Amino acid sequence: MLQIRFHGRGGQGVVTAAEMLSVAAFLEGKHAAAFPSFGSERMGAPVMSFCRIDDKEIRLREPVLDPDILIVQDPTLFRVVDVFGGLKPEGYLLVNSHKSAADIGLKGAVEKLPSGHVCVVPASEIAQEHVGRPLPNAALLGAFAALTKAIKLASVEAAIREAFAGKVGENNVAAAKACFEAVAGKVAA
Amino acid sequence: MLKQIEGSVSTAEAIGLCRPEVICAYPITPQTHIVEGLGRMVKQGAIKNCEFINVESEFGAMSACIGSSVAGARTYTATASQGLLFMCEAVYNASGMGLPIVMTLGVRAIGAPINIWNDHSDAMALRDAGWLQLFAENNQEAGDLHIQAFKLAEAVSIPVMVCVDGFILTHAVERVDIPTQEDVDAYLPPFDPVQVVDPKAPMSIGSMVGPEAFTEVRWLQNYKYGQAEKMIPALNTEFKARFGRDTGGLLRTYKMDDAEIVAVAMGSVNGTIKDTIDQLREEGLKVGLVTLVSYRPFPAEALKAALKGHKTVVCVERAFNFGMGGPLSSDLEHALKTLPNTPRVLTCIAGLGGRPITRASLREMFKKAKKEPWNGMLFLDLNQKIVDDEVKHMTSVRKSGPLAENVVARVKTPAAE
Repeated sequence: MLQIRFHGRGGQGVVTAAEMLSVAAFLEGKHAAAFPSFGSERMGAPVMSFCRIDDKEIRLREPVLDPDILIVQDPTLFRVVDVFGGLKPEGYLLVNSHKSAADIGLKGAVEKLPSGHVCVVPASEIAQEHVGRPLPNAALLGAFAALTKAIKLASVEAAIREAFAGKVGENNVAAAKACFEAVAGKVAA
Repeated sequence: MLKQIEGSVSTAEAIGLCRPEVICAYPITPQTHIVEGLGRMVKQGAIKNCEFINVESEFGAMSACIGSSVAGARTYTATASQGLLFMCEAVYNASGMGLPIVMTLGVRAIGAPINIWNDHSDAMALRDAGWLQLFAENNQEAGDLHIQAFKLAEAVSIPVMVCVDGFILTHAVERVDIPTQEDVDAYLPPFDPVQVVDPKAPMSIGSMVGPEAFTEVRWLQNYKYGQAEKMIPALNTEFKARFGRDTGGLLRTYKMDDAEIVAVAMGSVNGTIKDTIDQLREEGLKVGLVTLVSYRPFPAEALKAALKGHKTVVCVERAFNFGMGGPLSSDLEHALKTLPNTPRVLTCIAGLGGRPITRASLREMFKKAKKEPWNGMLFLDLNQKIVDDEVKHMTSVRKSGPLAENVVARVKTPAAE
């Protein structure tokens, strides 16, 4: 079972991100479950959401306490909440920022996690360019596909189109593709 | 058709396939998405011959449901928590009049202190309101139980509450197989009421009954509960034949054969318990599980058959009665007392007000049940220091202040005092 925890702030589409990822997994014939952390939702407040992916039925209802993959939509959260809580030693960290890992204080994480498992990508900027709004959620799923190879980019694209109809969907797909390519380039290098 | 879909949406789709003729509800978290979805389906014409009635309150909602059911319409509503309490009087009237209304309960804690998250306080508060109560473990079951609920309600003329854990299920996106209209139509025939108001043949429903007949009316209501208990497994078998999957009837069991300890639970926690059981069995502790689907009627005979010969039973309950204990534990002890070598029933209160029930905590609890079984209620993950500190405070200071606010302050700043 693959467990993903999303950290972001209210309004950044953290819940939608987990849901879209579960749809992408579903489209590949996998079982998936996505759910929010059920806080009192407020714009800007720290928010979590969760996604589990498996080849068999997912029965577990506890929050994701020991994630394989962390997706952090807002790098300022490292100062506010225990983002790393329970992350597996072989886990992945995907962060939305235009700065470098060292500049946002992730040197320790880079040293601790296996080589290539920490990825910082300017998803907000990429979303701004393609969608016209700095909403990083769909873009980061493209990066997720490139970084973990757990889900195909085509499935992510289809899930985004299912969540957002028309032009908004296409623009988010473009952002996800751009993020995928940015990360795939880094991973290859 | 398989869909990756939010629980509220899949539940609404299943209800829509049951061809309700009147839907009347007032929004309340966490049930709102279900009736919103149904409202949309009615407006778009996806549910034919159906009227969605907007009302001013939950009391109004259930009252309108009573009227439409008496007029012979297949009737649906949904509520949660304070909403259920607000409609309480009419909830009793619906069952007392034998009206086969189906209601979704987005199961949620009751205030004060106000809390929008899941526990089973609302369902337990009205467990004796004369409704049948079925609990869903996942969103597939949430939908499937509604389809069975209409058939059950109309067969015995008793209203049914389908209890779906708020947020945990209603807001979870997971895989659900939505049945076809053809299959649901074949399983669920049009509503043929045993009583209906008709201007051509006037009669009274809901009149006053005095001491000369009240006992007999109640006896017959209870008799119908017995009919429901027999019918639930049969309707489930019929469901399986049509849809290729089932909900277990009155209850389901998991890894019971060699179990040293058996958990009994209702609702979404059963999935987490099963995963915990698999872990514990690898470590050598053999735990089994009885998932109770039908809480009302309480299937005493089925439970006796499932738990016969087992020594220790742990009820994992999401609600409790003040000064008394767990309602499920109490009911279970009563049901099991005629067994030879009555199993010992332990009570574990868990997941109150939305506190997550984790495998780690359940694992320790089951180990404790084997090594040092307890009396009374064990509150899973209780912060003992906080309650001890507050007890000390409230017993030493007369104007000790509001409990809830004091505890929240202690949680936020553990170093205080």
